[in-house]
Amino acid sequence: MKPPVARNRRNTVVGVVLTAIMLFPVYWMVNVSLTPQSRMRKDPPDLLPLHPTFSGYRAVLDDQLPYLGTSLLIGLGTVAVTLVLSAPAGYAMAKLHPRGAGAVGLLLLIAQMIPGIVMAMGFYGVFLELGVMNTWWGLVVADSTIAVPFGVMIFAAFMSGIPDELISAAKIDGAGVWRTFRSVVLPVSRNAIVTVSLFSFLWAWSDFVFATTLDGGGTMKPITLGIYKYIGNNNQEWNAIMATAVVASVPATVLLVLAQRYVAAGVTAGAVKD
Amino acid sequence: MTTAHADGLKPPSAAPGAPHGQPRTVSGTAGRRGRRTTQLAAWGFLTPVAAYLGVFYAYPLYRNVDLSLRHYTVRSFVQGGAPFSGWGNFHQVLHDPAFGTALRNTVVFTLVSILFQYLIGLALAVFFNRGFRLAPTLRALFLIPWLLPLIVSASTWSWMLNSESGVVNYGLHLVGVGQVDWLTSPHWALTSVIIANVWIGIPFNLVILYSGLQNIPTELYEAASLDGANGWQQFRRITFPLLRPVSAITVLLGLIYTLKVFDLIWIMTKGGPGDSSSTLATWSYRLGFGSLLPQFGPGAAVGNILILIALVFGGLYVRIQRRQAI
Repeated sequence: MKPPVARNRRNTVVGVVLTAIMLFPVYWMVNVSLTPQSRMRKDPPDLLPLHPTFSGYRAVLDDQLPYLGTSLLIGLGTVAVTLVLSAPAGYAMAKLHPRGAGAVGLLLLIAQMIPGIVMAMGFYGVFLELGVMNTWWGLVVADSTIAVPFGVMIFAAFMSGIPDELISAAKIDGAGVWRTFRSVVLPVSRNAIVTVSLFSFLWAWSDFVFATTLDGGGTMKPITLGIYKYIGNNNQEWNAIMATAVVASVPATVLLVLAQRYVAAGVTAGAVKD
Repeated sequence: MTTAHADGLKPPSAAPGAPHGQPRTVSGTAGRRGRRTTQLAAWGFLTPVAAYLGVFYAYPLYRNVDLSLRHYTVRSFVQGGAPFSGWGNFHQVLHDPAFGTALRNTVVFTLVSILFQYLIGLALAVFFNRGFRLAPTLRALFLIPWLLPLIVSASTWSWMLNSESGVVNYGLHLVGVGQVDWLTSPHWALTSVIIANVWIGIPFNLVILYSGLQNIPTELYEAASLDGANGWQQFRRITFPLLRPVSAITVLLGLIYTLKVFDLIWIMTKGGPGDSSSTLATWSYRLGFGSLLPQFGPGAAVGNILILIALVFGGLYVRIQRRQAI
């Protein structure tokens, strides 16, 4: 069945229109971030940023820069913790046949079902007791609980696809289990590493639940709280709020452009079984 | 096959110095010792995660259960020594009129969100499966809403749904509909957060259902169209039945994720006005953190009820996955 050229073109047009509708809120965010405050409540609203102002973005530079730094730090910390914990575990689950692997797998699955708000309340109690509220590494620990079970799952799924011959070859060459893991398994698992890093970074960057509950009121806040405080304080400055939102969306957009296939892989993994 | 490893793992065709398939003879005792050391190594690789799960999952969860069984005040929260109160907190929240509202809103929010996410996601997946120019690019763009931080989506929707200056009401005005108080009227608040949540969830459904469609052999469609089946018949007789396993997983994962939604509702409406859009997740947060007089015990109790509900669907998910794996 060969679709005629005309139908192909019509599909493309429909696809572009649907995408435009879907992304309208994103466009609107950018549009509002460029709208001067004086025209914000104009009726009808400016559908195009014909009088763009960058005052919203200047406000971001003035107020939010340290928060962006904190979020970056927390994101990278979460990626590191997640990779260090989940890559070896994934390898063990996929190739080393540990006794009790089934139970660990089930626990990891259950862990992903626990609502973040419940974890946050538990962490709140523990952090208060230990006096580690409002620390960036406290948030790294909390945020990694979202990503570690997912990471183990992805690594296990990926590494079970590595041919056994490759691993036994390394063994014959005299490599121990750790050497094999480091020099053979990890290098061919690049795709899984990228996928897990990407998602753990994005989740940590976007986290709001842990940030708001484990915030002791200090100065070191992630950007999500920066936006939240903006909404609370100056309810009217929507161009500054939307400018911050645009800046906070940059990592997601950059990662999508650079690593689109890894995103799709991460969404699908686990949902569609072999 | 999961796309995670379908995604182009190309192992070196021949590892240096190791001819494939060479028979290896392993004597009995060495084999057993070998197995024991592999077990040790395996658990060596797993221990960090096991310890991590114990410290950072089990302990906070235990604390949460403990919280829900004691009568806490801010003072005893910091200093300890809160009296044991058994099921007192659960009794209190179950008899609170807010519980019925929160439960009903949770059910409506979850089911309506899932229904629309799934239907729209499926329609889009079938559409993109036709394969046309630009289709891969457009499909990638569809992922954006799902990747944005929730606070970004939530605040954008808040402004779009603003009563006086929101672009949604402007659009409605153009087609002759009067002003709708999306976020400030108790009749519309829940609908508003559902709309935003459907928007966020469509990409997830689209991607999973699309990858499910890719696994349906094209010969089936060719045979069907030779037999004279039209598009709708092909969808009903081939696509939908063959997609059922993937659909089941998509919907269940959607249920588990949607039950947990907190950020979106909290940022857009704080569960209000009144408790017209409050769900178990937002109510739990409001009890524990939302006021100057925190009620940690009842808040934790609501959280634990939420876990129980999530685990029921989680159990279903595990069962379906197991059945599909066989």
